[in-house]
Amino acid sequence: MEAIRKIVARTAVLPSTDIDTDQIIPARFLRTTTRLGLGKQLFADWRYAADGSDRADFVLNQPQSKGCKVLVGGRNFGCGSSREHAPWALLDYGFLAVISTEIADIFRSNSLKNGLLPIVVDEATHAWLLANPGAEVQVDLESTTLTLPDGRTVRFPIEPFARVCLLNGVDQLGYLLGKNAEISAYEQSHWRVRA
Amino acid sequence: MSHPKTLFQKVWERHEVVAETADTPAVLYIDLHLIHEVTTPQAFSELRERGLRLRRTDLTLATMDHSTPTRTEQIFGNAPITIESAAQQIHALEVNCAEFGVDLLGLKSDLRGIVHVIGPELGATQPGKTIVCGDSHTSTHGAFGALAFGIGTTEVGHVFATQCLLQRKPKTMAINVKGRLRPGVTAKDLILAIIGKIGVSGGTGYVLEYRGEAISALNMDERMTVCNMSIEAGARAGMVAPDETTYAYLKGRPRAPQGADWERALAEWRALPTDAGAVFDREVELDAAEIEPMITYGTHPGMVVPISGHVPTRANDPVFDKALAYMGLTAGQAISGHPVDVVFIGSCTNSRLSDLRAAAGVLKGRKVASGVQLLIVPGSQQIKKAAEAEGLDRIFLDAGAQWRESGCSMCLGMNGDLVEKGKYSVSTSNRNFEGRQGVGARTLLASPITAAASAIRGRITDPREVL
Ligand code: SF4
Repeated sequence: MEAIRKIVARTAVLPSTDIDTDQIIPARFLRTTTRLGLGKQLFADWRYAADGSDRADFVLNQPQSKGCKVLVGGRNFGCGSSREHAPWALLDYGFLAVISTEIADIFRSNSLKNGLLPIVVDEATHAWLLANPGAEVQVDLESTTLTLPDGRTVRFPIEPFARVCLLNGVDQLGYLLGKNAEISAYEQSHWRVRA
Repeated sequence: MSHPKTLFQKVWERHEVVAETADTPAVLYIDLHLIHEVTTPQAFSELRERGLRLRRTDLTLATMDHSTPTRTEQIFGNAPITIESAAQQIHALEVNCAEFGVDLLGLKSDLRGIVHVIGPELGATQPGKTIVCGDSHTSTHGAFGALAFGIGTTEVGHVFATQCLLQRKPKTMAINVKGRLRPGVTAKDLILAIIGKIGVSGGTGYVLEYRGEAISALNMDERMTVCNMSIEAGARAGMVAPDETTYAYLKGRPRAPQGADWERALAEWRALPTDAGAVFDREVELDAAEIEPMITYGTHPGMVVPISGHVPTRANDPVFDKALAYMGLTAGQAISGHPVDVVFIGSCTNSRLSDLRAAAGVLKGRKVASGVQLLIVPGSQQIKKAAEAEGLDRIFLDAGAQWRESGCSMCLGMNGDLVEKGKYSVSTSNRNFEGRQGVGARTLLASPITAAASAIRGRITDPREVL
């Protein structure tokens, strides 16, 4: 994975609360055996009409959303299914970060493993972002801060290990494989075969 | 005596290969890795690309359920699987399991079924184990006092290669349920009431432990129904302390310990329940006797009311209004009596033998209302066989229901079992998200007896009216 340090980009806003991964990518698009090309199906049921044409009332289809790389969602973003296809689809579409007041556990973990930044902010910052779609924000992973266009800066929490991995482009499987001696020792001393 | 611990803490500590620090998550050992066709192909590719082997094939068990057909002729006959991408996914799992040496309960296996149904059924799910699967309803297995949670595909790859996961220790929440459920009120109603109370993100960051008289009184099928929907409250895992009910269920199952191993395991399991005086990060109290049959009216499981209730009213809440508009319901309207088009009895929440028996109890000697489609899909091939051995299939077919081979089916509609746009579906599954059962489908979650009662009346019906 490539190292991530800073994102400077405009926001697109989906104010709905509890946006679940079934909306991010509906189940019928999970019948795939690769992780590529899912961006076309991102938010498919909100984005396309029955005949496959773009729905003008959906924010990502509107001209101001072009080139937005940060998605601001309502509270409890990414709840539901564990499908990693959700962050894959968001990344493939071009998003680099998702901002909300609450981000569901599995979605957050899946996002961090793919380089999509899950950013949890306070209510006031969130309210400002919801009210100002298209704002250019700065995400700095080194200082774990989000800066709004007026210069206001807020810290966001991020799991420290995931942060280091993202900053350095370190892959977590490589780290785990490096624990082989400990894993083998655990298997021998603690783990009994339960047939 | 050492510090009192919760069930979760005990299971967690037994599986720490490396404890967590401020800078690094714990390396947690996984005892059982369940896999299926949808969330694994990319993880197998990763192994292949890196030239890695699968570390513990003996702790990995595969089946197919999500995109798998439920039509008998597509499984046992020569009819092709209608959806080509589904057929490819199924084929990919066969190839991957053969290449990496994983035990696969494949398309024609009489042990096949929904991954969260077969783990317990085979006795592979056991107290004190860590169990993961690339599926959020892995929380089901917590009913046995296991620490079980859903993971993403990257993590599936981690477990393949190392049998471990990098995890931060979650917080603990006790859900204390006193009293007893009243007649006509089921474990499904209980968990819907719990989600209604704590909300769909109330459990985020926590492992739930369901406790109290009402939980102890549940059988294993019912405990699985409760733990299954922990994720619908935002919690990755839910647990119930193992007890005599758990051990009686497991004894003699093919993958449960046998003979002297059983005695040894039993001694270990008895030490698992939460110690007196152990502290949870949060506690929530409910009285089971106050719970009514529940049904959802909105687009997530927290939008739920007692079946005798009304769709709530909320001022200035566009998200709420949008959900009601999707559902075609109006604030303030009675939920009971609303017409129903489709009824689905199945899914890892409610497709076990006791669920089917309960539905059959309502359907026996009755007919599905005209214009209503009732689809009944057993959770596993073994459940199907057992149901047929006691004649449940006859009851279903005589009532006018469809009776299928096992799988996820209309729970998420990946295999083509879909609810049409705008139609109302009373479903015993776990998610009423927009489009979950098909584009534009309107799902109302309820128990198997509420579903069966609604099928015969053709409208949403309090099961107590027909019991
Ligand atoms: S039955 Fe539904 S919830 Fe359960 S594993 Fe299958 S798709 Fe997921």
